[in-house]
Amino acid sequence: MEMDKIWRVNLSDLSVKSEPVPAAWAGLGGRALTSTIVAAEVPPTCHPLGPNNKLVFCPGLLTGTVAADSGRLSAGAKSPLTGGIKESNVGGTAGQMLAKLGVKALIIEGHPTDGKWHGLYLNQEGLRIEEETETLGKGNYESVQILNERVNKRVGVVVCGPAGEMKMLTANISVKDPDSHIRSIGRGGLGAVMGSKKLKFIAVDASGATGMPIADPEKFKAAGKAWADALMAHGVSGSALKTYGTNILINILNEAGGLPTHNFTAGQCKEHDAFSGETMHDTIVKRGGNPSHACHPGCVIQCSQIYNDAEGKYLASGLEYETVWALGADSGIANLDQIAEADHIMDDLGVDSIETSVMFAVAMEGGAIPWGDGAEVLRVLKEEIAKGTPFGRLLGAGTEAVGKAYGLTRVPVVKHQAIPAYDPRSVKGIGITYATSTMGADHTSGYTIATNILGVGGHVDPLKKDGQIDLSRNLQIATASVDSTGMCIFVAFPVLDSAECFQSLLDLINARYGIALTGDDVVGLGKYVLTTEHKFNLAAGMTNKDDRLPEFFEYEPVAPHNAVWDFTPEEIDSYWNF
Amino acid sequence: MQVQVRLYATFRNDRFNEQMRDYPPGTTIKNVLDDLKIEESLVGTLFVDFKYATSDQELHEGANLGIFPVVGGG
Ligand code: SF4
Repeated sequence: MEMDKIWRVNLSDLSVKSEPVPAAWAGLGGRALTSTIVAAEVPPTCHPLGPNNKLVFCPGLLTGTVAADSGRLSAGAKSPLTGGIKESNVGGTAGQMLAKLGVKALIIEGHPTDGKWHGLYLNQEGLRIEEETETLGKGNYESVQILNERVNKRVGVVVCGPAGEMKMLTANISVKDPDSHIRSIGRGGLGAVMGSKKLKFIAVDASGATGMPIADPEKFKAAGKAWADALMAHGVSGSALKTYGTNILINILNEAGGLPTHNFTAGQCKEHDAFSGETMHDTIVKRGGNPSHACHPGCVIQCSQIYNDAEGKYLASGLEYETVWALGADSGIANLDQIAEADHIMDDLGVDSIETSVMFAVAMEGGAIPWGDGAEVLRVLKEEIAKGTPFGRLLGAGTEAVGKAYGLTRVPVVKHQAIPAYDPRSVKGIGITYATSTMGADHTSGYTIATNILGVGGHVDPLKKDGQIDLSRNLQIATASVDSTGMCIFVAFPVLDSAECFQSLLDLINARYGIALTGDDVVGLGKYVLTTEHKFNLAAGMTNKDDRLPEFFEYEPVAPHNAVWDFTPEEIDSYWNF
Repeated sequence: MQVQVRLYATFRNDRFNEQMRDYPPGTTIKNVLDDLKIEESLVGTLFVDFKYATSDQELHEGANLGIFPVVGGG
């Protein structure tokens, strides 16, 4: 078994070194560790695409173990999109392999000046850096195939796509899944940071790695069983997500009047059933696809899917509600096949499918693309963004840039990042999360939809202000902890509803490390993460005035509830009272 | 009275997606669930006129009723 270590790669002088894990970092993983390292080592005012930013990869505390759904990999840096700290996490196979190779953190530093690109190869022998040419400019699917052949079929791949090479603000970092398809470190333009360092990929080969050190194997095994049982016993994690994927939310949010439609001008969309989770499920089954797919080995929730075209050929996987919403309802493309194809192209280019798709709705409002024109969106992706034409560069800069270029006021962003699939006027808790999240508008960082809409963890009326700030705060604290464990965020449904489930998660961490964390410690960890990130953002130049939603939400009521955003600045600022 | 009933996810199987149905005044959501042979323990979320509802709620003429099993996403 490998001793955990920190790896540092410097692209200025091509040096590679490993260091022992500092004691203060030993109990951290995932988001807690990426944010700690970024806060400690990246000057908050640095240019995110300059030599002083660092890109940090950390497996979660349980990543690499056999515990169900524990395969996440976190990436962190200063975001070129938000200008603040960023953590984004992903499934796929690389995280588990990094953990098995004893990588506590992989820190990418420096800035090449000679124009050369590099690739990293990590295996049991260590880490080596080599100049890269073959995969440059290639789509992610092709890059993965090239590395499958160059290293071996099982190689874990973390890759900077064409959009990242062009340092677009929409660029994500792509990660290979077990079928050589793509998962994404989606938000905040981290692909542009990888591109700025001219690092094309990280290839991780864990062949021969013997598995994870477990302090108390007996206890771990028992906790692992209780954990998997609890995930399976809950209706959402046990059956709904593997049947309908996250896209079941199209119809729920439409029913609740919180489905932003035509660039946030309405809360319901007439064509909702053309791209709903139910329709998607039936289409997948009819065409011989797979509605229940795991994005990493050991996921039992299986929200991902394989979506085939009308001929039964693979078209897309991992179609998320947010992507389908942004193209279907927000941009008015009532055609699931076009949505799936757009999703595939976005994965291939390596752009965030939320930022990019919300941008399309804004571009439509600006008149750059006709409303609902799926064929034109596909053309623009392939001919403009992929090729980096001047128009493609503008669109690739994301929602806010396009809104500014076309002189619009209805530009749904917070901290320069696009607002996802839930209208904050009619689901007020999520508005508090968008406003206060250290990440910019990010639904996952405090998913109040669970309690506002789905009745998970109780019920808080989505249309009233009461209780929303506490709800969002508690969820953001809990999420910051979950994001540090290596667990997929969808475990939060059973964790919120079941004390035994939460206890088995604690037991897993305690058995893995031989420690005795309590529920209070987990809350403490979440608070520490949020406070660390908030301090970084303030030092980077943000103020409480950045914790605000766009003004149009205050003066444009949205149907069917005629709801407006009506929190006062003082109320929003009270979020940070902890 | 007329009630617009919309079913979602697995509740559509062997039933319908959307139907205008006739019920006597005073009908509650629970009565509609019984009528449709939907077991209450399987119900996740209920909406009347696009607002959160509980099964004891009485329906009114022209009400919009949406019925979901336990589902979720993110
Ligand atoms: S539930 Fe979905 S996102 Fe989470 S690990 Fe499984 S397939 Fe991946």
